[in-house]
Amino acid sequence: MKTLRLLAAGWVFHVKGLTMSGFFLVTTTFLPLILATTASFMARAGARQGTLLYVSLGAGVMGIWSSTLFGSGGAIQWQRWQGTLELVVAAPARFVLVILPLTLATASVGVYSLASTLLWGWLVFGVPFHLAHPFLFVLAVPVAVLGLGLLGLVLASTFVLYRYANALSNMLEFPVLFVTGLLVPVALLPSWARPVSWVLAPTWGMNAIRQAALGGSPLDDLGLTAALGACYLVLGAILLENFARLARDRATLALT
Amino acid sequence: MGVVEVEELARTYRTSTGVLRRRALEVEAVRGVSFEIAEGELFGLLGPNGAGKTTTIKMLITLLLPTSGSARVLGFDVARQPREVRRSIGYVFGGDRGLYERLSALDNLRYFCELYSVEPREQKRRIAELLELVGLAGRERERVEGYSRGMRQRLHIARGLLHDPPVVFLDEPTIGVDPVGARELRATIASLVQAGKTVLLTTHYMFEADALCDRIGVITHGRIVAEGTPADLKRGVADLTVVEIEAFGASEQAIDRLRGVDGVSSVAVEEREQTQLIRVQAARGHELTQPLLRELDGARVGRIAVREPTLEDAYVALVSAE
Repeated sequence: MKTLRLLAAGWVFHVKGLTMSGFFLVTTTFLPLILATTASFMARAGARQGTLLYVSLGAGVMGIWSSTLFGSGGAIQWQRWQGTLELVVAAPARFVLVILPLTLATASVGVYSLASTLLWGWLVFGVPFHLAHPFLFVLAVPVAVLGLGLLGLVLASTFVLYRYANALSNMLEFPVLFVTGLLVPVALLPSWARPVSWVLAPTWGMNAIRQAALGGSPLDDLGLTAALGACYLVLGAILLENFARLARDRATLALT
Repeated sequence: MGVVEVEELARTYRTSTGVLRRRALEVEAVRGVSFEIAEGELFGLLGPNGAGKTTTIKMLITLLLPTSGSARVLGFDVARQPREVRRSIGYVFGGDRGLYERLSALDNLRYFCELYSVEPREQKRRIAELLELVGLAGRERERVEGYSRGMRQRLHIARGLLHDPPVVFLDEPTIGVDPVGARELRATIASLVQAGKTVLLTTHYMFEADALCDRIGVITHGRIVAEGTPADLKRGVADLTVVEIEAFGASEQAIDRLRGVDGVSSVAVEEREQTQLIRVQAARGHELTQPLLRELDGARVGRIAVREPTLEDAYVALVSAE
């Protein structure tokens, strides 16, 4: 009960903190417009039935991924800069329970990006928004967000140890967009890239959202997203505990 | 058994320099520090910048691992039992940082209540009590980014006490706070000891240490060079006299010449806006004023005063001797 309470309180706290940022408001206003435009041009180039919503959903999830990737790492850098990273490390709560609500919060605020990409697509480019399985769609989005947030947890652990892990997050943005099928179908990727897709939860989360929206059975994909998320949780917890200990040894929790 | 027991604690920082040919560097920040703090005692750790005060505190609050030596808080080892130590301590750093700026003081305090497992039904009462204690009641819904430095510092203290810890670490809590705010903070610190808490305080301000501390350890170059009550430390300079000279434009050479005057044990210079305050410590029984003025030839001299040594003089004598 205490654990759930800590997770919920941390999530609310960080969502509130993230949405108070002027930078966040600007990026969440303009990024979806760019993503919706990209999706629209890709769909027109493809010119197949159902493609418009297919790429529009992919563009929306791209927004969630960007928010998670830069939010999770950026938030830890920001905490280090404002001197709160040391405070949360030195709290008696398990470190994974402190960082997990943060990465889930960054993924959650990315949902705004999905919603506004779909809205911009509908308003400006006439992308139809008809859901084949509305109930499953409402289920698929939070599960995909959870999978992304838990992947963010694994990435966030590196930011605890390294002061300048930004290079990693910059490097990861586009490869992950490609291999998880957010931009183009995974089937079009070279065969060597597919195993990478399979171990990334966004691949299955994206599939689930598309199946729920366009028709099909998203339950298997939802199960795989949740299973991979559980693996990330275990890996993230181990990495965070070890990296926090290493950071205490190497003195990298503070700026100086 | 002390509440805080520190034995030969040491910490070396390893870093590197250079781009192509990287060279490893080692900095010994703390070199075998030992001390003990009894229950309900306020122990002061005094020392110049870079002496090792903050590194020592960070090892005690489990943010840094010691390179060697050991430390226990309430019997728990800081390296091997960090979670148990963290449950029992509160800590407050000086300065502007360490708060979630975009959120309100209330949001900050509620969040830390959760991190420290303060029972939900306790949280409201505890936060209200602490806001009252630190004088922030009525301002708790404002965003922290709009707070003055003194208000932030008081919020830090409230945050550090949320879980009612028996041991509190205060690292320069009054730094940069205006005189009235600092006086209020000192009153708050004194009230912690009255409430039975064990406190470790680091500060640069000698009058603060003199007024608050039961015992003081003077640390310089990573080693404790003296330990005792403020009265004990002052006794160490009881055979000295202090001459304070207000000067304008005294050169470094002139200051060096002062150090060679018969009987002088140390010379410290405090640079002020227009003037320099030269503080000379010397053995009693020497006629100092004329020889000192002779060596300051060329500089304009204002007020000269001869006085009894204070805790600050004891500190200067200890730090200068290293």
